[in-house]
Amino acid sequence: MSTLTAKPTPNVVLHGLGVFLRARETSILLALLLVIAVTTIKNPNFLFSSDGFRDLLLTPSILILVAVGQAIVIVTRSVDLSVGSTLGLTAYLTGRLFLDIPGIPIILVVLAGIVFGALLGVVNGALVAFAKVPALVITLGTLYAYRGLNVLWAGSDRINASDMPKNFLALGTTEYFSIPLLTIIALIVLIAAGWYMRNTRGGREFYAIGSEPAAAELYGLKVTKRILVAFVACGALTGLAGVLYAARYGTINSQAGSGLELDAVAAAVIGGVAIFGGSGTVWGAAIGAVLLLTINRALPILGVQDFWQRAVVGALIIGAIVLDRLLALRQTRKLLESRDDSNE
Amino acid sequence: MSNTVTATPDRVYRDYGQPLWRRLLVTRESAIIALLLLVIVVALLSVRNFDNPITITYLLLDVAPILLIALPMTLIIITGEIDLSVASVVGLSSVLLGTLHQAGLPIAVAGIIAIIAGALGGALNGFLVTVVGLPSLAVTIGTLALYRGLAVGLLGTTAVTDFNEFWTTLAKSKIPGTPIPSITIPFLILLAIFAVVLHFTPFGRGVFAIGLSSEAATFSGINVNRTKFILFVVAGAVSAFAGIYYTLRFGSARGDNATGLELQVIAAVLLGGVSIFGGRGALHGVVAGVLLIGVLGSALRLANVTSDVINIITGVLLVLSVVSTSFLVWLHKQRSKPRRTPRVDSGTPPA
Repeated sequence: MSTLTAKPTPNVVLHGLGVFLRARETSILLALLLVIAVTTIKNPNFLFSSDGFRDLLLTPSILILVAVGQAIVIVTRSVDLSVGSTLGLTAYLTGRLFLDIPGIPIILVVLAGIVFGALLGVVNGALVAFAKVPALVITLGTLYAYRGLNVLWAGSDRINASDMPKNFLALGTTEYFSIPLLTIIALIVLIAAGWYMRNTRGGREFYAIGSEPAAAELYGLKVTKRILVAFVACGALTGLAGVLYAARYGTINSQAGSGLELDAVAAAVIGGVAIFGGSGTVWGAAIGAVLLLTINRALPILGVQDFWQRAVVGALIIGAIVLDRLLALRQTRKLLESRDDSNE
Repeated sequence: MSNTVTATPDRVYRDYGQPLWRRLLVTRESAIIALLLLVIVVALLSVRNFDNPITITYLLLDVAPILLIALPMTLIIITGEIDLSVASVVGLSSVLLGTLHQAGLPIAVAGIIAIIAGALGGALNGFLVTVVGLPSLAVTIGTLALYRGLAVGLLGTTAVTDFNEFWTTLAKSKIPGTPIPSITIPFLILLAIFAVVLHFTPFGRGVFAIGLSSEAATFSGINVNRTKFILFVVAGAVSAFAGIYYTLRFGSARGDNATGLELQVIAAVLLGGVSIFGGRGALHGVVAGVLLIGVLGSALRLANVTSDVINIITGVLLVLSVVSTSFLVWLHKQRSKPRRTPRVDSGTPPA
């Protein structure tokens, strides 16, 4: 990140600490810890009761998955507004599979959800990458189209918990060492995505494309393919989220997940993913997702009516991007100074 | 600056080599108008009751908020920015009108306060975009949540419904002797103002110039930030006006009024031939785009097609309309330059 000097670092631990302290994600993590601390002081049950602790981890799990996918797409200088509709379709597909094929193995349903989500992502990605039309327009279109398909398919039907096998619904409630399974899944996905984005060639190419598409093309990167991959990854993660949504909530109607796109984009933006690509991490997006939903639950405890929750979220988003802007300005000034120094 | 509109390989420039009639007729706008007329004719012939005057009354009553907000939205998108917060401003002005009226203010005063509040909301957007220099997409996602949150926070889950009958009937009234609702009169006045400003004044040329190249516009003496700021303020005020109409028409002020309307407005504007990259678009196309979605919706509802299909059609139309432009440009390039051309087009467009 900000370590572009070749100075030998005396101490790996200190160096790591320095990077951690200077990282954009740290500020948002601190904000999250602050919210949790203040709320817990007000009402210790928020963190220390077993229910409170479980909710703290469980509530954001599904949004984390979607926000990670969204972050990957935004890093490549696109955006996927269709995630809410994709989640709705895959959640309904999950319920439908259990209804129509009794005794279908759960793992098959999970795979079906992921593959279906990926397919919906392929449609987005192909339109964006090949037709070279801005993702905002395409995914706004597919937001409507996917939701329409969902309503057409589901009608006014609703899938209830009793329509799905108990083992599957248990996915939403199982805990290992008092950590909910959904959270574990979200964490595994997060670690994998975080590692991929930071350390692999493919991951770095996403950042290169997002920083400057023209340069990436001239450099010989396969821009079209990478963008397609980003959308497929986002679709697949959203598909997984859709399956888990079905397991957690048990009831699915044709409006499942509507409005989620704004939460996912908001989580990424709060977490420091630049809306025009090239910078930010999936970690930030995940912490942003946790912060968003934790604030939701904290407000009533802090004595603020939960009607005001969206206003707080809005203020948070604006605060986050203003902060990013200030940090970027400072960084530019620093770089200019160091260039002037080295020229002397 | 948000430095987003760096590379727009497929932008269509008006080709002055063509004769005048071709330049006027073979355009995106004409295509949308032709499609609109086609849909109307087919609906008149095959859908029962579509020729009933009440159809056109309800059609116009329904699309009026979208028509109104589409006007400033068109100008904003032509400058290369976007405003996602308009529907939340509608909700906020609806709630303000309701609470102020409940507190005893006459509707006219409450309405003026609501419009001022809307303009202030737009001014905050404009301030963050122009002075702080943030991307409008991110800013207005934030204010979308903020203004909606204020609206819901002020009124909770309750609704104000005790409006003076005079105003609620006025909102639904028709121009005497016609099936046209009276809300079209303020709309037409606004349309005339916007059309003149956009297409016949230096300010309007500036709007296009900013969308084509913000830097070039600055160097040719256009105050880019002032122009954008004015547009955001106007968008806020017009959205607030639409909110007042929305409230009076349904006789109910609620925090969640018009949720999701921003996407419908943007879809209609883009369908009407405005380029999301900025620099291109015309108001007659936008009006046709809004009406196209409205007419399709009401025709399908009359034909007893579930209203959900309308969503699919809106989405597919939107995707098709932008993809077809890209495809036509690509086809044109292939035909006009059959020989090897250096590949200079630059990857992806901005989000």
